[in-house]
Amino acid sequence: MITFKVGGVHPHDNKITASVPFKKVAVPTEVTIPLDQHIGAPAKPIVAAGDKVKVGQMIGEPGGFVSAAVHSSVSGTVKKVDKFRDAWGTYHPCVIITVEGDEWLEGIDTTDTLITECTAEPKEIIDKISKSGIVGLGGACFPTQVKLMPPKDCTIDTLAVNAVECEPYLTHNHRLMLEKGDEVMVGVQILLKALGIKKAIIGVENNKKDAIEYLKSLLPKYTKDCDIKVVPLKMKYPQGGEKQLIQALTGRIVRSGALPASTGVVVQNVATVFAVYEAVQKNKPIVEISLTVTGKKVKEPGNFIMRIGTPLSAAVEMVGGIPDGTEKLICGGPMMGKAMISTDTPANKRTSAVVMIDESEAKRGKESNCARCGKCIDACPMGLEPYLLGTLSQRNMFDELEKHYVYDCIECGCCTFTCPCNRPLLDYIHQGKANVMMIMKNR
Amino acid sequence: MIISNSPHTHSGNSIQKNMRRVIYALIPAYLVALYFFGLGALIVSLTCMVSCVVFEYVIQKFMLKREPTICDCSALLTGLLLSFNLPSNLPWWMAVLGAAFAIGIGKMVFGGLGNNPFNPALTGRVFLLISFPAAMTTWPRPIPLSMHYLDAETGATPLAYIKEIAQLKVDATSSATAIKEATQAIGQVPDYLQLLIGNIGGSMGEICALALLIGGIYLICTKTITWHIPVSILATVAIFTWILHAHNPLIMADPLTHILTGGLLLGSIFMATDYATSPMTHWGQIIYGVGIGLITVIIRVWGNYPEGMSFAILIMNGVTPLINNYIKPKPFSKL
Repeated sequence: MITFKVGGVHPHDNKITASVPFKKVAVPTEVTIPLDQHIGAPAKPIVAAGDKVKVGQMIGEPGGFVSAAVHSSVSGTVKKVDKFRDAWGTYHPCVIITVEGDEWLEGIDTTDTLITECTAEPKEIIDKISKSGIVGLGGACFPTQVKLMPPKDCTIDTLAVNAVECEPYLTHNHRLMLEKGDEVMVGVQILLKALGIKKAIIGVENNKKDAIEYLKSLLPKYTKDCDIKVVPLKMKYPQGGEKQLIQALTGRIVRSGALPASTGVVVQNVATVFAVYEAVQKNKPIVEISLTVTGKKVKEPGNFIMRIGTPLSAAVEMVGGIPDGTEKLICGGPMMGKAMISTDTPANKRTSAVVMIDESEAKRGKESNCARCGKCIDACPMGLEPYLLGTLSQRNMFDELEKHYVYDCIECGCCTFTCPCNRPLLDYIHQGKANVMMIMKNR
Repeated sequence: MIISNSPHTHSGNSIQKNMRRVIYALIPAYLVALYFFGLGALIVSLTCMVSCVVFEYVIQKFMLKREPTICDCSALLTGLLLSFNLPSNLPWWMAVLGAAFAIGIGKMVFGGLGNNPFNPALTGRVFLLISFPAAMTTWPRPIPLSMHYLDAETGATPLAYIKEIAQLKVDATSSATAIKEATQAIGQVPDYLQLLIGNIGGSMGEICALALLIGGIYLICTKTITWHIPVSILATVAIFTWILHAHNPLIMADPLTHILTGGLLLGSIFMATDYATSPMTHWGQIIYGVGIGLITVIIRVWGNYPEGMSFAILIMNGVTPLINNYIKPKPFSKL
């Protein structure tokens, strides 16, 4: 079985919700929809206080080339266009909408009927994706239409579907493949058409054997005029990293600073592929997201679908609330997610999970001297020397940091995870890298 | 609530766990030492371990005014390894002196675990070897469950025999009697089985090749160490001595004898793999291992000491920063 070549670690996968089907979280009475749910310029609001909106109506238009549209996830009246403070203390532009009923915009197909035939032309597809506010739902939230229009010098030959879900605890992509396998396959075909290529590889980690089998059983229906493969990957974190996945599936290497597209591969998350299906076949923009709400002590952990702008606490209540002894609330997976101060923050396109962990897991051990064991070097998937980068960052030696390729760091956290001396290597490197990136940009 | 950066989970690996695993891996060899050297081995090993821990505590608490880190088991391991490198009839006060040097000069003056350039246990051992050459080179004979300590019966190690023979050969070139004497002396070298089970003279921890190998396999299986350092040392020694043996089989011991004797296994599995003093990358580790192998054989064959392992490791410890500086991992984006 294949996997990426350099480094990687094996965190305990804790996929306790793998067999729990999706449940819908009820529409709340008020939603706060952030206008910057993507990388790039925030969306420009096109509604004002007092406007009536329907589900699926655009409320923010792309604010630039690298930007994405934002849609109303509920029907009702716009209360105000404002700023809100998220669970990390930073302010974001947003639209706050008071919910009245659940009326969808005309033309959106809200049924579950599968539409396999896609008549749209490539240009039309990309246009629809752009209008539907689709971004990479693997966490980076890079606008999808930009990825589908690679620069002229990149010849694309392969679409890689990222169904790896290498973060511990997370299972919503796994459930999506099991419950919406057909839709995912149609989504892959649509993306192939948009890119004008024939070859797609779906990479799935081997801890989702049922999903691999199911997708493989669907293949004959969808491979009449294209070549789609389902490839099981050996479990290893961070396999879902774009560079690692490209290397694992095709053996190609993304050079420092180069676009992943330069290798001829476009990577799309499986949730993004599903969103593409909904946008193109059902005219449905992203108004809902799927997420896993879990933790070892949580009463009824599960997978949920919720409207964007609903506070995460609504989903947390559905699993039985925050269990006693919880010391850390993580938005996202435990390897790359962000610790929150509370769950009163709106769900958005960046949200993939709420993981609640207790003190035994959350507390960091006492930091000691570097024992120079070299375990961080073995773990680093980018082939760097984290122990050295950490020390150089502590001492603000930016020239040396640049010489040691700090800009290559993908901040996956393998070094901190593996360090027997409990050194928070990524904390140090994060700071050093930010400074080096700034220096390089201003040069 | 705890707010901190990602990652929010940890492998659970710690220095204490790694050190404990090394101690577990040393248990088979320790039991063999207790069996063959009896009371002496017990006294020397306990003296070393207790004094290493006490010295580390006292230095950190009262001289450096820091929180003592004796709980990470590294001082205990240093003590155990030091005792493995000493003859079991060594007077206890010398063992205490060795422990003081190992912890004080070998480790603490540089800032403690991770900052020491030289292996502390070997620093202590070499200090004793140079200070008390006679006491450090009279090894007791292996006598099962012996109750002797300072009054133990002594004898030479296999490598010392071989050295003597080579000397005889050099003294009386081409004299028939000398060659005959030499051949007889070779007859005194224990056979491979004895070398494997440890029924030979030597420092208390180095005698039983089998027990050391079991410990080594345990360490590699638990990913405490990687194969790179031990295998590169053993391969280098094997190839180098094989060439020498093929060239002059009468005075040069064969590769297997070299590997099974003189603390080569103890050194390559437990001493050369010390985290702080060995290179960080695998290619660096291989260069380091080859260096140790070459220097060991050179000292054994042409040097003054019959066993060259400690010096070879310390010399390569000194080269480690240089190796770390030049042998870098290849970045993923440059593959």
